[in-house]
Amino acid sequence: MVAAPRSTYSCVWGWVVSIDLLALVGAMLTIATPLVWAGIGEVVVERTGILNLGIEGTMYLGAFIGFLAALRTGSPWLGLLAAVVSGVVAGLAMALLTVTLGLNQHVSGLGLTLFLIAVCEFTFRLLYAGERPTLEQKFHTLLPGVAVLNQHWLTYVAFLVLAPAAWWVLRSTGMGYRLHAVGENFEAADVAGISVAATRYVALMVGSALMTVGGAFLTLAVLGSYTLDIINGRGWVCIALVIFAQWRVWPTVFGALIFAVTDALQLQLAITTAFGSIPRELMLALPYLAVITALAVWGRKVRYPGSYLRAYRRG
Amino acid sequence: MRLVLRGRQPRWVAPVAVLAAVLATVVLTAIPIRLAGANPPAAFHRYLVTPLSTTAGWYEVMLTATPLLFTGIAVAIAFRAGYWNIGAEGQFLFGAVATTGVALALPGLAAPLAVPLGFLAGAVGGLVWATLPAWLKKRADIDEVVTTLLLNPVALLLVQGLLNGPWRNSSSGFTDSDRFGHGYDLPALIPGTRVHWGLGVAVVVIAIAGILLTRTATGIRIRAAGQAPRAAALSGIPVNRLRWRCALVSGAVAGLGGASQVMGVQHQLTQGISNSYGYTGVIVATLGGLSALGVFLVAVLLGDLSVGAQNVSLVLQVPTQLGAVFSALLMLMVLSAMSLRRYRVQWSRPRGRRTPASGGGS
Amino acid sequence: MSRPHALLELNGVTKRFGDLTANDSVSVSVAAGEVVALLGENGAGKSTLMKILYGLVRPDAGGISMNGQPLHIGSPRDAMSAGIGMVTQEFSLVETMTVTENVALSAVGLGIVDTRAARQRVTAAMERIGVDIEPDRLVSTLSLGERQRVEIVKALFHDCRVLILDEPTAVLTPQDVRALFATIDRLRQTGLGVLFVSHKLREVAEISDRVVVLRRGQLVGERVTSEVGVGELAALMMGVKAAAPVGDTAAAVGLPTEASPDAPAAPDRGESTTAQTPALVLTELTLERHGRSIVDAVTLTVQRGEVVGIAGITGNGQTELMELLCGTEQTTSGRMEVDGVDVTRSDVAGRLAAGLGRLTEDRRGSVVPQLSVEENLVLEDLPTYVRRGLVDRTAIRAHAERLIARFDIVATPAAAVSTLSGGNMQKVLLARALARRPRLLVAAQPTRGLDIGAYQFVHSQLKELRDSGAGLLLISEDLDEMRALCDRIAVLFRGRIVGTLTVEEATSERLGVMMTGEAVPA
Repeated sequence: MVAAPRSTYSCVWGWVVSIDLLALVGAMLTIATPLVWAGIGEVVVERTGILNLGIEGTMYLGAFIGFLAALRTGSPWLGLLAAVVSGVVAGLAMALLTVTLGLNQHVSGLGLTLFLIAVCEFTFRLLYAGERPTLEQKFHTLLPGVAVLNQHWLTYVAFLVLAPAAWWVLRSTGMGYRLHAVGENFEAADVAGISVAATRYVALMVGSALMTVGGAFLTLAVLGSYTLDIINGRGWVCIALVIFAQWRVWPTVFGALIFAVTDALQLQLAITTAFGSIPRELMLALPYLAVITALAVWGRKVRYPGSYLRAYRRG
Repeated sequence: MRLVLRGRQPRWVAPVAVLAAVLATVVLTAIPIRLAGANPPAAFHRYLVTPLSTTAGWYEVMLTATPLLFTGIAVAIAFRAGYWNIGAEGQFLFGAVATTGVALALPGLAAPLAVPLGFLAGAVGGLVWATLPAWLKKRADIDEVVTTLLLNPVALLLVQGLLNGPWRNSSSGFTDSDRFGHGYDLPALIPGTRVHWGLGVAVVVIAIAGILLTRTATGIRIRAAGQAPRAAALSGIPVNRLRWRCALVSGAVAGLGGASQVMGVQHQLTQGISNSYGYTGVIVATLGGLSALGVFLVAVLLGDLSVGAQNVSLVLQVPTQLGAVFSALLMLMVLSAMSLRRYRVQWSRPRGRRTPASGGGS
Repeated sequence: MSRPHALLELNGVTKRFGDLTANDSVSVSVAAGEVVALLGENGAGKSTLMKILYGLVRPDAGGISMNGQPLHIGSPRDAMSAGIGMVTQEFSLVETMTVTENVALSAVGLGIVDTRAARQRVTAAMERIGVDIEPDRLVSTLSLGERQRVEIVKALFHDCRVLILDEPTAVLTPQDVRALFATIDRLRQTGLGVLFVSHKLREVAEISDRVVVLRRGQLVGERVTSEVGVGELAALMMGVKAAAPVGDTAAAVGLPTEASPDAPAAPDRGESTTAQTPALVLTELTLERHGRSIVDAVTLTVQRGEVVGIAGITGNGQTELMELLCGTEQTTSGRMEVDGVDVTRSDVAGRLAAGLGRLTEDRRGSVVPQLSVEENLVLEDLPTYVRRGLVDRTAIRAHAERLIARFDIVATPAAAVSTLSGGNMQKVLLARALARRPRLLVAAQPTRGLDIGAYQFVHSQLKELRDSGAGLLLISEDLDEMRALCDRIAVLFRGRIVGTLTVEEATSERLGVMMTGEAVPA
């Protein structure tokens, strides 16, 4: 009795069923996790009117330092801690360049990214030339066997703690007010007695720390190893997501999920024979194209923060 | 301590600032060299001096600098116009793809036709890849930084997709394209060396760009549009149209770089065809002060560094990435120094909340 | 100057920006329950002084004291905790925040903001001064008058003892001004000291107890308002003796006048003008934004050899009129002719070709700072300097050297314009505009912020241009300057020309009346 409709279902939707929906959702959440961490980090930074193109490099740094520390100490927790500390330092560097020295944010951010990626590669090659070290201890998923819910604790934290907390902090706390005021109208913030420089420093340090957690998630939880293309443009995706989300937390999370579902779909389709003829690379490119399309469609209406890309100098 | 704007700028400040930045970069990169177990002065000698101490070394440096000349001047043209093209990487790659497409479609073409056609295809490819972001910027004012950036991984995926699929090597089965017909091989610029005509094209492009930017009316308009768009518009300069054109030219030049690299060095499309040349182009353009001569010198310097890095890696076991560390750090340091030179440091007591004003009698 | 009951005192405050002395040893005091007006033209140094008081600008010399105690004010936070509140000229509100959030901004810590309590406190503060604005509205939805009230509430949110109002009426409608004055009155009664910064005589006369007059950075007079007439204040502010004839003010200001024979209204002009094409004809020129007419059917003719002034209070459409004239803003309806050529639909380049010259208000926004002096000088005439596709550097250099000599610019041709002083930058712009021999020059605030030498130089050049047969349209807030240069003065009020006077008719009184739109003389 039960079997009959099911077989009709699988007949008609054969190719859909061949996509394991639960696995798809599970993969989506995992893939979205680093984007949520780093994306929210970028929201925090951009709220103060600073575009941090250092995000890509900062994620590499988090992935690498986290991995290195975990490998050396045997503890993924210490790895995560080291990654966060490195993120604070990266944020400090970006703040020094763009806030104190008032340099062009595009060039500073890109320069920081190139520098950090080079440093990570250099150190990795120096320490492990020709080897492929893997972590003995990495973070485990919490509920093995429970399809969708079998996620890493960093995934749970990203969706259930970080996103609500960031949303709440930005909306309801004095810190959030300050970030918002500095980003929209830094002259007004200054007149209200808020230090523009201090606010931007803090935002960059906290935001960059979140970005490194996003990077460290990949090495400490997912892969247990470090590869030279581990971030592979995810930072740039976050930049686009944040603009697409208009500097709000939940739309950023939503955007990360959309990106992740196309990515997860690609993984699923790659193992589905019916879709074997579609090049994997096309599917991999899909999320990027989706983000560009989203920007093209909705980007027109985007209202950038009032102090976006501008350095503050008191008149 | 705080920074106070200098009123007038003494002449010595700029060179001293650059020198200080270079020294700081050298000192900071000495740390990883030391950690790698090498002697920093010896390593720096190998990085910077050794490659230029022999004629063969010079050739190698020029060969390595060639793609950077293309991407550097491409980025400089766009930046000059105030268009933040961070997509030279993608444009370079798609230029290479376009050239490969032509070369694989018409394998038997003779050199006098094949070479110009290959370059033309590369330029068109780069231009095509630059069109979407430029068009979105012009039509809807969508930030070109994000769109050009995001198209870089897409271009790389396209290369990988083509090499895994239709263009997979027919004889070896590896993910490289077939070797191009010999008509597409760029002749050696200096007989008996690997330095190919791509360098000649790069130098010509740079010379033209330099003349265009400094010696023509259009160049002055481009600089005005890039540096003060409002004032430029007020002077009757069509800012958006100039930016759009510079964006496309920038893409085309980056695409030429891709063509030069596939025809001149690899003779086939490979996954690693771009070794981050597009991103490094931003460093070259910025360090070169967005000027043609600056781009040329910095590209040669980075070429020198890159050849040196290979040497140091072989001899002293310092990973080649130190070259990239050095160039990125150098750019940040020089930019910082050029910003700092506008200020002088003023030492003052830390600010108190209501400390009595010093010496302010009433 | 210090009075026995002074609440807040500024003593000998001096501030220099490069060559410009914005404040030259200025001392001002305000007592509790007193409204002190700081009167002066634009560029007299009022705003700088107030920014110093609020910790936004550091003085080079001088001190501040409250109740006789010296105060160190290094930041707005210091000022606030000392009991000083400020409403800045360009409002310091975050448009994407609500009224409550904006008001609470300076009081919030880092933790949770109790929005209910904040809203209540804001409502209470608003009630206290008789303001009624929905506390949850976004600032972007408020009118300018409402925004200002929010600013005042924001300033009073702390225990504020001295309130600075920097040009508070600049953007207000007359009704809003009445409401503002009622609020100031209330505040005065509660014992607050108020510093009212303005360049508007009537308002100062109406609201203040005492007037301090600044001119070119110096304190030039201090009067008890009830003992002084508007005329005397005007004279102090503009540096003119009240009784002096209105004609050539340069002499009255103490500037050496040039030897040129032309009196304010040159006698030999006018006879032939009727036969000539006018330099400028505006017919019902209108600019609408969001359904409102910002420039409202402006009809005006400038003959060759004539100088017509546009007077008016800031924000009555001068900026937009200038943009329409320059072609950086599209005309909604109406017609504009320069030297007989219809340029209504022309772009900037087309207007330049028709013989329009411009001297815009925002100097720094009109030059390309990183380009050299010579490049800026030829920016609008590049095609004439092209030989075989390349620009002729020698010709450009020669051209620049000629202009540098003629306009007495203190710079080398190759120097970046960003290194020039304000006066020299204005000379570069003037040289660029005049070298093209415009048939019509539109000049907005051509001498604002210039030192006396540059001021005089600009005027002599403008007169020379006029004498050569070009028309000149002068948009200025400096009545002094208007009388020195203009043949006729048209008054702009809410985007309309409410009347045109000959220079002889244009007394301060009459212009003042017309500028406030109170009456239009027959």
